[in-house]
Amino acid sequence: MKKRVLAMALAAITGVSLMAGCSSSNSGTVSTDGSTSMEKVIGTIGEAFQQKNDGVTFTYNPTGSGSGITAVQEGRCDIGLSSRALKDEEKASGLTETVLAYDGIAIIVHPENAISDLSIEDIADIYTGKITNWKDVGGSDTEIVLIGREAGSGTRDGFESITGTKDSCKYRQELTSTGDVITTVANNPDAIGYASLAALKDTVKPLSVGGVAPSESAVKDGSYVVQRPFVLVTKADTKLSDVAQKFFDFALSDEAVELISKAGAVAAK
Amino acid sequence: MKHKKYLVENVIHGVFLILGLITVGCVLLITVYLVMSGIPAIHKIGLFKFLFGETWASTAAEPAFGILPFILTSIYGTAGAILLGVPIGFLTAVYLAKIASPAVKNVVTSAVGLLAGIPSVVYGLVGMIVLVPAIRTCFNLPDGSSLLAAIVVLGVMILPSIIDVSITALEAVPKEYEDASLALGATPVETYFKVSVPAAKSGIAAAVVLGVGRAIGEATAVMMVSGNVPNMPSLFQSVRFLTTAVASEMSYSSGLQQQALFSIALVLFLFIMLINATLNFFLKRNKEE
Repeated sequence: MKKRVLAMALAAITGVSLMAGCSSSNSGTVSTDGSTSMEKVIGTIGEAFQQKNDGVTFTYNPTGSGSGITAVQEGRCDIGLSSRALKDEEKASGLTETVLAYDGIAIIVHPENAISDLSIEDIADIYTGKITNWKDVGGSDTEIVLIGREAGSGTRDGFESITGTKDSCKYRQELTSTGDVITTVANNPDAIGYASLAALKDTVKPLSVGGVAPSESAVKDGSYVVQRPFVLVTKADTKLSDVAQKFFDFALSDEAVELISKAGAVAAK
Repeated sequence: MKHKKYLVENVIHGVFLILGLITVGCVLLITVYLVMSGIPAIHKIGLFKFLFGETWASTAAEPAFGILPFILTSIYGTAGAILLGVPIGFLTAVYLAKIASPAVKNVVTSAVGLLAGIPSVVYGLVGMIVLVPAIRTCFNLPDGSSLLAAIVVLGVMILPSIIDVSITALEAVPKEYEDASLALGATPVETYFKVSVPAAKSGIAAAVVLGVGRAIGEATAVMMVSGNVPNMPSLFQSVRFLTTAVASEMSYSSGLQQQALFSIALVLFLFIMLINATLNFFLKRNKEE
């Protein structure tokens, strides 16, 4: 009973905090709005920024990349957050993108698995259930066990949008944390899973994709394809408020690099 | 002098009343909040489609919010845990209350107490690392995370409540009943099962209902062993319970998805109210007897 009460209280708090929207930009406020996947990265930076600058309020409204881009366009927030590159028509409408970081996702298998490389098409086929046996991609004759994350997770959203498997993955397990995914894959020789690059452990084997092994440098130069940019979106013709500009600079400073990697992404710098 | 005494008495009375009301207030607050936040999504989705829809795809381009798989999984999972836990727990209780020597009883009772004190995340962890791979090997499955794994974990988790309450019920049976039965020539075992157990049956029923309540409300442990995919329940398939449906998606949810999660919590809440009402019924009958 106690546990349930706690869970409900937490849910209530989450609900209230979600309702608190993206307020207009006061002098001491930096408001951001957009991608839910960037929650950890932008939250970590925002927290550090608030600690450094007394009296400054940082807000983040997790609405999704599309809404974030619209919000900055309509002036409802200072900085929009997008976990995809801007489309040409969005750039033409007067928006500028600044890549803050890259989100690299490693495809992991059990260390005893003979496979060490898959193409991105194979990965998509495996996750959509077109390939169900390891022998079809050159492994042993066993059924592939698909491990994924829960609906709403940023890593799941990232993986599915990069591989083009949105809403069509046939998961055997949907786990609620990166740690659970890694533990489960480490315990099942037939499992395949995905996890944030920064969270990898020795208990699982990361696959190379199209011949490129996942690493920070491969993510940065774009040769490792299971990745996407985390973008700060601003208006080209409107100057940011002083405090928002300060935040923008802080997010791209050397100091933020460590914060970004702590939050599980690769800083673009 | 007398006046002052009354004043102190009254003040203390008031303090106790307030403390009592805090609990009632919490229950009311949660009930009202849950109903208020649970109704809108049900209204939007449609009660029938919500309760009897077979697909749950909350973040898909065309979202579907059917929670029948969760309801059935919770019912099957709880029923399985009861089938597994009640015989073991009940017989353990009979043994401890009637047959075991005081030394054995002491050791086993403290072990049961310890079992009750283990946090559910530990049950989940052990289940994930030991039980899931074991099921995978035993039944030659590609993956061991399944309804079966959840049932085994829940079955063990409800043992302490079943054993505790059953022992209390059995020990409350008047000794004269048993003495009379023994004096008439029945063996001790006949006496336990034909006299003590029937006399304690309301208490034992209460123990079972308590076990049901514990099993249906558990989230953490089953989340770690059941795989969490919203399939229709089947013993060796990955499944999602009502509790885990709320717990696993709440942290990133928004909009209708979040409202629907509250609606699931409301459904779960109604289930638990029903179970509590049943429990009260048995306990009351127990007292009247």
